[in-house]
Amino acid sequence: MTEKKLQVSAIQNGTVIDHIPADKLFNVINILGLNKIKNQITFGTNLESKKMGLKAIIKLSDVFFADNEINKIALVAPEAKLNIVKDYQVVEKKIVEVPDNITGIAKCGNPKCITNHEGIITKFQVVNKKKVALRCHYCEKITDSEHMEIF
Amino acid sequence: MKNKNLVSITDFSKDEVFKILDLAEEFEKNPNQNLLQGKVIATLFFEPSTRTRLSFESAISRLGGKYIGFTDAGSSSVKKGESLKDTIMTVANYSDMIIMRNPIEGSARWASEVSKVPIVNAGDGANQHPTQTLLDLYSIRKTQGTLDNLNVFFVGDLKYGRTVHSLLQAMSMFNTTYNFISPEELRIPDEYKMFLDKKGLKYYEHLDFSDIISHADIIYMTRIQRERFSDPMEYEKTKNSYVLKKNMLEKTKLNMKVLHPLPRVNEISTDVDTDEKAYYFTQALNGVYTRQAIITSILGLK
Repeated sequence: MTEKKLQVSAIQNGTVIDHIPADKLFNVINILGLNKIKNQITFGTNLESKKMGLKAIIKLSDVFFADNEINKIALVAPEAKLNIVKDYQVVEKKIVEVPDNITGIAKCGNPKCITNHEGIITKFQVVNKKKVALRCHYCEKITDSEHMEIF
Repeated sequence: MKNKNLVSITDFSKDEVFKILDLAEEFEKNPNQNLLQGKVIATLFFEPSTRTRLSFESAISRLGGKYIGFTDAGSSSVKKGESLKDTIMTVANYSDMIIMRNPIEGSARWASEVSKVPIVNAGDGANQHPTQTLLDLYSIRKTQGTLDNLNVFFVGDLKYGRTVHSLLQAMSMFNTTYNFISPEELRIPDEYKMFLDKKGLKYYEHLDFSDIISHADIIYMTRIQRERFSDPMEYEKTKNSYVLKKNMLEKTKLNMKVLHPLPRVNEISTDVDTDEKAYYFTQALNGVYTRQAIITSILGLK
């Protein structure tokens, strides 16, 4: 038998986003706008994880995120971990943190809210970070994690 | 306060609330002044609200201003599919201030972000109705001589009643004790209880209020609508528990006053109307003075 192969190949320089829930991979891709960048991206999903059951992973060559940018994914992947890679070595590890304010990622759960009637970018204040709950800047109603829809 | 929008009651600090109430007191003494001469104020009512609209229009007229607008969405360009943003941006060119009632929640906040003139929210769906809250505060202060340390009873539909939610928030600045009296199905939502818990204020929930009525300084009555009940039988069973009758007033404090945002249906018996503890029609009159205070302070005239 030959040696087991890495499930997703390594990168030289860039960012690895690990511990994404398997079913949230495409949400993360959308939130970070990865469908619009030209860099090399490899991703895998439904990978086995001792901690999460099934997970997804994204490896981005030569992409580095600012904290406020990467923290947006905490809404869908609160346990995501970042490895910053330089010359094949992990030089920094980061965890994501739910931000205080969210702009344009989630949909307001109130069907009577103006943001669901006119093309307005949604804005929320995060009122609970543990069990994510968002207060709409417009209608002031709270959308909790169970009813949260991500664009 | 010049050019400030009034979208949500939480936009105003305690000092700003007091400024409005003090000004309203001045207007009560002298309601006819020519302060708005040459000013045009838009009253955009995307849904009908006779009382609120007439109260605003009376306030403007007594100050010598002119108003333009519409009284329901059917007679506006909304019918043709115009967006709120376009309507507001256009009307902002024609007026010095926009007063808007709109059933879509958050519409007033959005309007304030696209308008170059100040926006006054005259009700955005189940969300906010801050001018009602300010006139309620005015009525409470006027009848009690203070806003501090009062025991306020909220009766009726506490789940959907936005006037209750906004007044509850505003009164939290004044060490209020709250008594919430409602049928099971229309109890005060958890988010407001959490709000009061955070502020460390006392509140009590009851299904009936005849036994505790002697503690009230203010009884704030609201209308219970049949369509709010999932079970019509439940409505029939409970509706009479939330009606205020004249004989119930005997046990109440001397300073106690009954408030109601109106329209009233049958939740206050008509024989209460002539009792000196009934204050709801004067409360409606206070709406004119309070709105005069709001308009003139936002326009920087007072």
